[in-house]
Amino acid sequence: MTALPPPFSDWFDKRGWQVHPHQQDMLDRAGLPALLLIAPTGGGKTLAGFLPTLIECADGHAGLHTLYISPLKALAADIRRNLTTPVTEMALPIRIEDRTGDTSYTQRRRQRADPPHILLTTPESLALLLSYEDAPRMFAGLSRVVLDEIHALAESKRGDQLMLSLARLQTLAPGLRRVGLSATVEDPAAIARYLARHPDPCPVLLADPGPDPDIAMLDTDTAPPWAGGGGRYAIGAVLDQVRRHRITLIFHNTRAQAELFFRDLWMANTDSLPIAIHHGSLAREQRQRVEAAMVAGQLRAVVCTGSLDLGIDWGDVDLVIQVGAPKNVKRLVQRIGRANHRYNAPSKALLVPANRFEVVECQAALEAVRDHDLDGEPRGPGPRDVLCQHILIAACAGPVDADALYAEVTSAGPYATLTRPDFDACLDFCATGGYALRAYDRWQRLMLRDGLWTLRDPRSARAIRMNIGTITATETLKVRLRNRMGGLPLGEVEEDFAATLTPGDTFLIGGEVVRYEGLKELTVEVSRERGREPKIAVFGGTKFATSTRLTERILAMFQAPSWPDLPAHTAHWLSLQREVSRLPESDRLLLESFYAEGREYLAVYGFAGRNAQQTLGLLLTKRMEETGLHPLGFLATDYATLIWGLDPVTDPAPLFDPQRLRDGLDTWLDGNAVMKRTFRAVAIVAGLIERNQPGGRKSGRQATFSTDILYDTLRRFDPGHLMLQVTREEAMRGLVDFRRIEGMLDRVGTRIDLVRLERVSPLAAPLMLEMGRVPVDGAARDRLVAEHADRLMAEAGLDL
Amino acid sequence: MNGYSFAFAGTTLTALPSGALWWDAERILVVADLHLGKSERVARLGGTLLPPYEVTDTLLRLDDAVTRHNPATVICLGDSFDDSRAADLGDDARLWLARLMAGRRWIWISGNHDPLPVTLGGECRAELTLASLTFRHIADPAATAELSGHYHPKIGVGGRTCKCFLTNRHRIILPAFGTYTGGMFCEDAPLAALAGDGAFAILTGSVARPVPVSPQRSPRATTSR
Repeated sequence: MTALPPPFSDWFDKRGWQVHPHQQDMLDRAGLPALLLIAPTGGGKTLAGFLPTLIECADGHAGLHTLYISPLKALAADIRRNLTTPVTEMALPIRIEDRTGDTSYTQRRRQRADPPHILLTTPESLALLLSYEDAPRMFAGLSRVVLDEIHALAESKRGDQLMLSLARLQTLAPGLRRVGLSATVEDPAAIARYLARHPDPCPVLLADPGPDPDIAMLDTDTAPPWAGGGGRYAIGAVLDQVRRHRITLIFHNTRAQAELFFRDLWMANTDSLPIAIHHGSLAREQRQRVEAAMVAGQLRAVVCTGSLDLGIDWGDVDLVIQVGAPKNVKRLVQRIGRANHRYNAPSKALLVPANRFEVVECQAALEAVRDHDLDGEPRGPGPRDVLCQHILIAACAGPVDADALYAEVTSAGPYATLTRPDFDACLDFCATGGYALRAYDRWQRLMLRDGLWTLRDPRSARAIRMNIGTITATETLKVRLRNRMGGLPLGEVEEDFAATLTPGDTFLIGGEVVRYEGLKELTVEVSRERGREPKIAVFGGTKFATSTRLTERILAMFQAPSWPDLPAHTAHWLSLQREVSRLPESDRLLLESFYAEGREYLAVYGFAGRNAQQTLGLLLTKRMEETGLHPLGFLATDYATLIWGLDPVTDPAPLFDPQRLRDGLDTWLDGNAVMKRTFRAVAIVAGLIERNQPGGRKSGRQATFSTDILYDTLRRFDPGHLMLQVTREEAMRGLVDFRRIEGMLDRVGTRIDLVRLERVSPLAAPLMLEMGRVPVDGAARDRLVAEHADRLMAEAGLDL
Repeated sequence: MNGYSFAFAGTTLTALPSGALWWDAERILVVADLHLGKSERVARLGGTLLPPYEVTDTLLRLDDAVTRHNPATVICLGDSFDDSRAADLGDDARLWLARLMAGRRWIWISGNHDPLPVTLGGECRAELTLASLTFRHIADPAATAELSGHYHPKIGVGGRTCKCFLTNRHRIILPAFGTYTGGMFCEDAPLAALAGDGAFAILTGSVARPVPVSPQRSPRATTSR
């Protein structure tokens, strides 16, 4: 056992602290090349990560010793403050600095010339540092790297990029040791493989997870509604809980729902309890104000979204309320961990199902939390668009040897299985564009000179550096109050959403109703519109699909003879369904068909998650169209797809033929908006499109054109191009989620049950009330445009 | 042909869904802002390597319009090439253009991207008046009976944006015909100022269809009227 050296033991003693067992463990194994610590929030995780560094540097160290990477800028600043305390109190000769996109230019220059002992940064800032020619000098003496919240990074391309950066660092500093800090995850070994240099081993240290959380469904006087989201029926009960706790975090799954809930919460907040809202669409200034008020203990509750999933230790949060089904048990557990950051005190959480079906899902989630049964979809191999960006970054730093870079890249966990031809295709894309038509002989981006790949035009390094990063959220526009000097920033909305607005439309942002006035350059101008109902509230926010594990639990629950744990109204609903039809089973596919409101309906209970059910809807309606069943439209939820049309489905088996569905997918997929959106993200990451250009915006707005044009052009003239391959892979895993349709079809085989009913079934009834219906026909959209145009012309009195 | 015919300056013109304009009485086909050679120019200047297919795509569509109407005259309203070096094009595209130009009058109006005379044959003009209409690259606010390009007008309808013609009593601003071209909203200040009251747009796409332009969408447009 490594004993604490005197200044440290004294410091712990003075504070009456003891070294946690996992902190001691980390110290004992500090010499290993890779180490993963899984610890709950509040478990002294950060100190466990830094203790070896502080001890190693206590007697002085020359140059950069430890690099700390976090997914959030705010977290890096927070950790700097927290670390400064022991360093100052023990008078250690250690300099700690953070470096993010917010760090000043002079500070950043100085950091490269004279780096601190501990540098706290983000994956993007690290990638940028590695793009400079002087990176080898800066990182030569680097001894440790600490990756915080690695479970969150590992879920996105940011993590893939970070692992490639680590591979680079390891070449620059061969003795580098890696430490990952993670919240509870379902498969620690997978994170360990992701983190370590392939094929190094990476032991996993598990800290005491602390007591089980105190978690329940919120009791309300009114039953949840049959359909819809937002949980506003529970406002009274939620407010009651806020009153009874010090600080409550109220989590929502989407920003729009958070906004609506926040507004109604304030209308009912007769005591004027200080309650704020925090989500990713709000202006940074506004979010920072909320965070500061929270730290200062001035707030009693914050309505929030995933933007508060990570990071800053809020201290006094003693209740977490999750509104809407959690969709994913792992995320729920991590959110619950936000309550009570004190070690060894149980976290307290309440679930608020937004509708009747979510009562079932919440119950399944509660049981999963109690059973420590976490979910998670295994991630595929590292995406190639991230690799393309990495190659360009490497070329910015200096000439690249292809063999050496390939060896380095395959030492990164997510790229361990990358083949040489795949690597070469990415390199070719970076150098020549990788087109079937070899058009750029004279203007290649990378040229082979003396066996090394070099930037043809060294000036292009600047543009590459300006476009580093893998976060490609849809383009957003700032929202400002329209007045005098530019007006107050309220937040951001997605460009797609802004495009649907016409003057006079009202929507919610930052808890207030605003009226759309117009677009001024790239800003949405609004005015305050007190006391009016927002006409539109749909913007931003991720739509999560319910995890496979959770839907399996729900299906298992359906097989119980009765449901004593469910609220009576929900248990009764399920019994009634069992009586008049059937309940869905995991190894069978239940279909219900019935006639209602002048239409034939088909409900498909696939339980494959929202995205897959949506794709299934598109494919099935396409098949139905071909077989003359005249489908008119459909809607998808996490559990079911409801299709309506003119004719009843009597023989479902041919509709579900996997090969035919796959064929349909191939033709449908290419022209789909989902693919275009995915392509855009891929093209930006891979460096085909530059979002930022030296010298600011281009001469005129008419010079920039939509990435949809590039997608259509490639599809037409170069359908095998790398960017289309990557787009396809990503869509299949993400928004299209065909994997889960195939999983479902494999599971049920030929066991497809079609139940013909006299009327709508209890299970299908809520579907009839859901929003978000998708019209089937492409022609329908054209007709909408035509009707819209004609109506506008008539209204304007222009009879042309 | 899904075009939209309308009266303009004492004659009848047809806006085609492709974004070209057809003057039947004079058998003139007008296109604006082809921006041929854009991807090569971006690459040459050290930018990214865009799919090098935009010349082919633009020429395919131009070929289609020429074949369909068999015009006596084709007028390209400037920015036909993304810059003067882009006018090199390469042998295949040069031959293709030569085939389209054969047997008809072909006029290149010069634009801000391609100010120099083109070496591909045809006539090069800064601007041109034919019969009752004037053709130039950038609209002159004082002009009447004028056809121009430059601004790449587009408009949002029914939640989508599409390239469009923008017109009032005095002028028609054509949409960009080139494949790699973006657009400027009709409500944005420069276009709104040129269009003024009573302007309307004609959508391109599957059918050329007129829609009104609502200038109040942009506060800057309101003040500049």
